Amino acid sequence: MDQPLYQFIVIPLVKIVVILGVLSLIVAYLTFFERKVLAYIQVRLGPNRVGPRGWLQPVADALKLLVKEDLVPGGAQKFVFMLAPALIIVPAFLVFAVIPFGPATRLFGLLPEAIPPYLTDVNIALLFVLGISSIGVYGIILGGWASNNKFSLMGALRSGAQMISYEVPMGFAIISVLLMAGSLSLVKIVEAQQSSHLWFIFPGLLGFGIYFICGVAETNRNPFDLPEAESELVAGFHTEYSGMKFAFFFLAEYTNMLVVSSLATVLFLGGWLRPFPNVAWLGFLGIVPPFVWFALKVAGFIFVYLWFRGTFPRYRFDQLMHVGWKWLLPLSLANVLLVGLIVLLVKG
Amino acid sequence: MTASSTKSSTQLPDAEALLPADAVISSARAADGHTELTVDRSRLLEVLRTLKERPELDCDLLLDICGVDYPRRDQRFEVVYHIASLARDHRFRVKVPISEDDATVPSAYGIWKAADWFEREAYDLFGITFEGHPNLKRILTHGGFHGHALRKDYDPGQRWLLTEEDSMVPAWATEELTDEDHLESQVLNLGPSHPATHGTLRVVVRLEGETISKAECEIGYLHRCFEKMSETHGWNQVIPYTDRLNYCSSMINGVGYALAVEKMLGVEAPPRAQAVRVILSELSRIMDHAVCLGANLVDLGALTNFWYFFQPREEIYGLLEACAGGRLTVSYARVGGLAHDVPADFEERVRYLLDYIPKFVNDVEKLITTNKIFRDRTEGIGVVSPEDAVAWGWTGPCLRASGVPYDVRKAHPYMGYEQYDFDVPVASTGDTYARYLVRMEEMRQSLRIIRQAIDDLPEGPVITDDHHVALPPKEKVYTEMEALIWHFKLIYEGIHVPKGDAYSFTEGANGELGYYIVSDGSGHPYRLKVRPPCFAIFQAFPHILEGHMVPDAIAILGSLNIIAGELDR
Repeated sequence: MDQPLYQFIVIPLVKIVVILGVLSLIVAYLTFFERKVLAYIQVRLGPNRVGPRGWLQPVADALKLLVKEDLVPGGAQKFVFMLAPALIIVPAFLVFAVIPFGPATRLFGLLPEAIPPYLTDVNIALLFVLGISSIGVYGIILGGWASNNKFSLMGALRSGAQMISYEVPMGFAIISVLLMAGSLSLVKIVEAQQSSHLWFIFPGLLGFGIYFICGVAETNRNPFDLPEAESELVAGFHTEYSGMKFAFFFLAEYTNMLVVSSLATVLFLGGWLRPFPNVAWLGFLGIVPPFVWFALKVAGFIFVYLWFRGTFPRYRFDQLMHVGWKWLLPLSLANVLLVGLIVLLVKG
Repeated sequence: MTASSTKSSTQLPDAEALLPADAVISSARAADGHTELTVDRSRLLEVLRTLKERPELDCDLLLDICGVDYPRRDQRFEVVYHIASLARDHRFRVKVPISEDDATVPSAYGIWKAADWFEREAYDLFGITFEGHPNLKRILTHGGFHGHALRKDYDPGQRWLLTEEDSMVPAWATEELTDEDHLESQVLNLGPSHPATHGTLRVVVRLEGETISKAECEIGYLHRCFEKMSETHGWNQVIPYTDRLNYCSSMINGVGYALAVEKMLGVEAPPRAQAVRVILSELSRIMDHAVCLGANLVDLGALTNFWYFFQPREEIYGLLEACAGGRLTVSYARVGGLAHDVPADFEERVRYLLDYIPKFVNDVEKLITTNKIFRDRTEGIGVVSPEDAVAWGWTGPCLRASGVPYDVRKAHPYMGYEQYDFDVPVASTGDTYARYLVRMEEMRQSLRIIRQAIDDLPEGPVITDDHHVALPPKEKVYTEMEALIWHFKLIYEGIHVPKGDAYSFTEGANGELGYYIVSDGSGHPYRLKVRPPCFAIFQAFPHILEGHMVPDAIAILGSLNIIAGELDR
């Protein structure tokens, strides 16, 4: 077989299919996981009727959403109304093109040569992630605006304001990682944590906190779930959506949770690295494949997301803005200065 | 009507001497302890104002305004005002007879703001016009309704097509307003089908940005003609309907109604029935507060607490089901006692609940009471001053959260509440957070009452042996002639409640639940007027909202515990 064809077409195609397939499955089961975890937090059982212990619930949900009548409200901007769900789900999945799930692997000797399990490693991966994930807000604003519903519009405007304001401190939190890693490539960032024998969460604890709070806000999850605050705004920007179009918004939210969790893992928790890569006697942890470490860390973040939802009330819109601009932004700026100073002192 | 109650009459001021000269046509002490004044319409406002403003009378709380229709009298209608003094512990019933041709009375809105919706209700259901009322329009029925439903000559069977268009949009909501930056203000319709209304209420708000500048409530979506239906049902047959008033604590409604009829009959339920009523009422109060707080917290995004509260609620429903057979609508109280005795394991189950409930209350307490987000969302939100709360006719936990320590169970003990040792929690700030705290503490106090009541639960019958009121036991009906006759007479004729009227009030889960009953001596009520606590509370809602944001509106609404079943009747 022609080498470039194999290298540039076949392998990436296989990877795309695998990543999309696995991701969709994970996202589907994430909804199940969320319902189960929330149920156990809330002294109830959660879905347990469809299939053994409810394991087929996501399948049933998907089927239900597929066969549901696809309504477009009378006064809606039809084209934009259809476009919005696509605008939100595509960027959410697109980001996974550059997320490094693990180091190059021969898959237990099944492959003739080591292949990186991620789609690609670009040297501006971090910028790519930030840029692409920001497109999602268009989906929300356009969807809310096109619905011709006051609740949708208010939800959309809130979401737009929220995502833009929280992107700023998030960007600064990420800059503190850049200072430590010296690269925008996500693979290089993980490798930098390997070579420095230190997860960046330890020097960058403050940055990590800011990043994760902003991440929760970016994904519109509790306690920052104002755009879809169901008690005030009915269902916020997706009030008028039903069937698969609604499912796209829903899936995008969960995919974005995975994006934020994956990015937090890569930036702060050493990506696929085992815990304490510098401690020799913990070497036995190396028998766990790197990919599993990555998945475990992401799962941990996802659990925290759900835990938040089971614990916190929701902020009011102006309070949310207050937290973002008056607390997180100055803190993240100070953090950049602090980390910069430390990097300067350590590296000389 | 007999003037009795010699014990307390000495403490009461001689009302007639204090009121404007010649204004009162007649005055008497009613059997229910109220001072009954009949006043001519022309002197009404003068009398009402004196009642409120004279320090010896000091009647600061207007509880209810209702109409009664007597088609055979010269002056067909009677408007009845129920007025109480919180500080002085006395109550007045002011009656104003008016004729059909000129069915107008001056509005009392300028004296008590509480008159607002009560006058609208009397206008809606009786066609009595209140002159000077700021917004006199129908409230419980649709704007295009024909006739006045509670008039005796109104035929409930009539039907017509509704041809008038009524979008039920307040006039102010249709005008377009722009500010100096040419930004249009927006009118938003919250409800009647909105996730935060928990029932069918509708609030129309005008928004400047997200701040509410004007609001108006629209109710009546759940109007079921409870009062009209009562007039054609036997005294005991009304009890299932009372369950549907505040359906979160239906036991309290049934007991309150039974007490009102018992008061008119002069019978008392046996001690065991009283104790069981107290226990189940207090458990219902816990459920009601749990639902209110749970729903309020869900609206604030704290979903988990809702389930923490619903777990004990489920267990309480289990107990109610074991006692009454029904869960939500128990229909357990009867005039003179209870439908039947509690199950054998009642005491055991109540003690289990006493251990079971606090865990969940404490969990919520730990999870939310000191939570920064929750406090930011609720402190200083929806503040109601004690003066305003009283002026709007508020009672119950919402009034106590504003700092007025009025609880019917303490102020006018009934059903043996004087034997129990409990505190009335009072907060001072009057905001949403205070209402949360008061309800939390009331649940604990209710548990205290239940513990004392179950500790000495008397043995004996659960229904009075006065067979003018209650059926004799079935085995006696089968074996004894006299019992059979009693049974026959009661089934055929119903209970004969003596002619007259009485207002009886109990502490419902959300405030003073009053029943004003007029009897003509027949087997069913001539007129039954409920004083629903949340009706008075909800009429203040649009006024509280102004200046708050939409998310605050949701927080405030949840904390007021508006139950549409009770609001609309």
